[in-house]
Amino acid sequence: MREITYREAVREALREEMRRDPSVFLLGEDIAEFGGSYKVTQGLLDEFGPERVRNTPISEAAIVGAALGAALVGMRPVAEIMYVDFMAIAMDQIVNQMAKIRYMFGGKAKAPAVIRTQGGTGRSSAAQHAQSLEAWFVHVPGLKVVQPSTPYDAKGLMKASIRDDNPVIFLEHKLLYAEKGLVPEEEYVIPLGKADIKRPGKDVTVVATSRMVLKALNAAKDLEQEGIDVEIIDPRTLTPLDEDTILESVKKTGKLVVVHEAVRRCGIGAEIAATVAEKAFDYLDAPVKRVTALDTPMPFNPKLEAFVTPDEDKIKRAIRELVG
Amino acid sequence: MAVSEIGKDKLLHMYRKMGEIRVFEETAADLFMKGRLPGFLHSSVGQEASSVGACAALRPEDYMTSTHRGHGDIIAKGATLDRMMAELFAKETGYCKGKGGSMHIADLDLGILGATGIVGAGLPYAVGAALGFKMKGTDQVVLSFFGDGGSNTGAFHEALNLAAVWDLPVIFLCHNNQYAETTPQRVHQKIKDVAVRAQAHGIPGVTVDGMDVLAVYETTKAAVERAKKGEGPTLIESKTYRFMGHFVGDPGVGIYRTREEVEEWRKRDPIPNFRKVLIEAGVATEAELNQIDQDVAKEMEEAIRFAEASPEPELEEALQDIFVES
Ligand SMILES: Cc1ncc(C[n+]2csc(CCOP(=O)(O)OP(=O)(O)O)c2C)c(N)n1
Ligand SMILES: [Mg+2]
Repeated sequence: MREITYREAVREALREEMRRDPSVFLLGEDIAEFGGSYKVTQGLLDEFGPERVRNTPISEAAIVGAALGAALVGMRPVAEIMYVDFMAIAMDQIVNQMAKIRYMFGGKAKAPAVIRTQGGTGRSSAAQHAQSLEAWFVHVPGLKVVQPSTPYDAKGLMKASIRDDNPVIFLEHKLLYAEKGLVPEEEYVIPLGKADIKRPGKDVTVVATSRMVLKALNAAKDLEQEGIDVEIIDPRTLTPLDEDTILESVKKTGKLVVVHEAVRRCGIGAEIAATVAEKAFDYLDAPVKRVTALDTPMPFNPKLEAFVTPDEDKIKRAIRELVG
Repeated sequence: MAVSEIGKDKLLHMYRKMGEIRVFEETAADLFMKGRLPGFLHSSVGQEASSVGACAALRPEDYMTSTHRGHGDIIAKGATLDRMMAELFAKETGYCKGKGGSMHIADLDLGILGATGIVGAGLPYAVGAALGFKMKGTDQVVLSFFGDGGSNTGAFHEALNLAAVWDLPVIFLCHNNQYAETTPQRVHQKIKDVAVRAQAHGIPGVTVDGMDVLAVYETTKAAVERAKKGEGPTLIESKTYRFMGHFVGDPGVGIYRTREEVEEWRKRDPIPNFRKVLIEAGVATEAELNQIDQDVAKEMEEAIRFAEASPEPELEEALQDIFVES
């Protein structure tokens, strides 16, 4: 099987869905000639033209609103918001409009829009360009939330997101774009709401998201030398969350570590830990542990950034504390 | 405004500030390309007249806000090269202890209410600062810098409207450098002059040659006077150009701009032009201006030494300053 990057995987999904369905189109800042800040849409203008690959002004509320409105009348827009941090500007359109319109209208409307964006630390981008805000969206009923960690997942989940009849927030990671992975040339779609066991194991369950899946895999490799067998689950979609896969794993291992790059307080880790406490309490042999960013805005200084952000060592430490 | 009305000290101060910005931006770009600075940088080379002309019309007690491309605005308002450079090096002695970086430099003692990395975000809080001054009964004013791209945000329109209905002492200064990242102005807005947007909010809108420091100064000064008298806000559009790419590392020509276009604008470089004005008006001699250039170069060298010699912040610093500790 060929290897492609995460960036190429997202692009392929966009291209294939645009070929397949003329109602799919793209909009966002600098996405046309320039191919987007992270070059995900590079080359798509050449194939699909400016009607379907639309540069927008710097107007995040209008970008999401335009996607929502177009979706309501039968299009399938994929909007790019350059950084997840800028979603803050579009939050009314996302939270009060897009997420709720179908419900408020008594099931009369549907809004099949995808809002793609990227977040994450690791490039000294400081407090306004490095956040992980997935929990904001998970907290809003009516939004599906996708956070792929591999090229394979990114492609299959993007295709499913575009075909889904509901609004989907699709969260990429700036440091995953260059990561390579196996992606088949044949068509495939990964259904939303299905977790993936990235590494089977028997001693401890690690639920990790986005780039932290890679960190957890590295940590697991090291711990194998120490005789600790780690199972790693990537939920891939946070809404809907595949609780069954997580609970089954915890029932087997009796121990849970949740790892995410977002700050701890009210992060997705809290939701997963609470779910396990509610539904598998009797199976737990130890308290649940969370490995997350510290509860602070992201500092610019690279050493401080690393200090604040979870990594392999912090993951290993948490696992050893549970298993040791 | 005749050069003689402004006075030699002020004119030479403007010349020096423009030189400081140019040298700082070029040095920072060079250090960045050598991999010595973390994060990313947006260079304001070419926009010096716009930053300096505007800030020269402010008093030390007046405030300003800036943008992701803020080094020039901030130096123009009085920030020194050493602590600026230390911040770019992410050092403890930087203006934000190394925690803010290039896009977030602030010093409230200097009236610098901060740069923001969110396009358009400075305008609403500049309006709030102006409201505060009005309520406190001081005659301080606030100047908010933003770009042509920023004028398409909702924040821009909401800020102008609110400042207008409350007659707040604020000046909205648009560095119209013709591009928002890679998008030319004609693609991101139908209007040619950002200043016309003032009409929508019932306030004066003025377009000025942003390559002419004295024109920017004069226009801003009039707006400051208006604001101080309680007559409300003004929108100033300063037509300028960034000579470098959107960020340091972006070639800035090719995909979205031609080399010829950049060359045309470079002919209007505000610094040599101002130098000529000063010499022709008899304000300063070549020798005097050369001396300033040398002083600036020395200040820059010292700033780098200062930044290099400064310590990194302690790791625990990451958890400080989230809340006011009582
Ligand atoms: C709300 C928001 N959207 C997008 C961006 C990404 N971005 C950074 S600078 C920029 C262009 C800004 O253009 P303009 O306001 O003209 O300022 P200039 O870069 O030309 O100085 C964009 C789109 C951002 N920082 N904030
Ligand atoms: Mg601009």
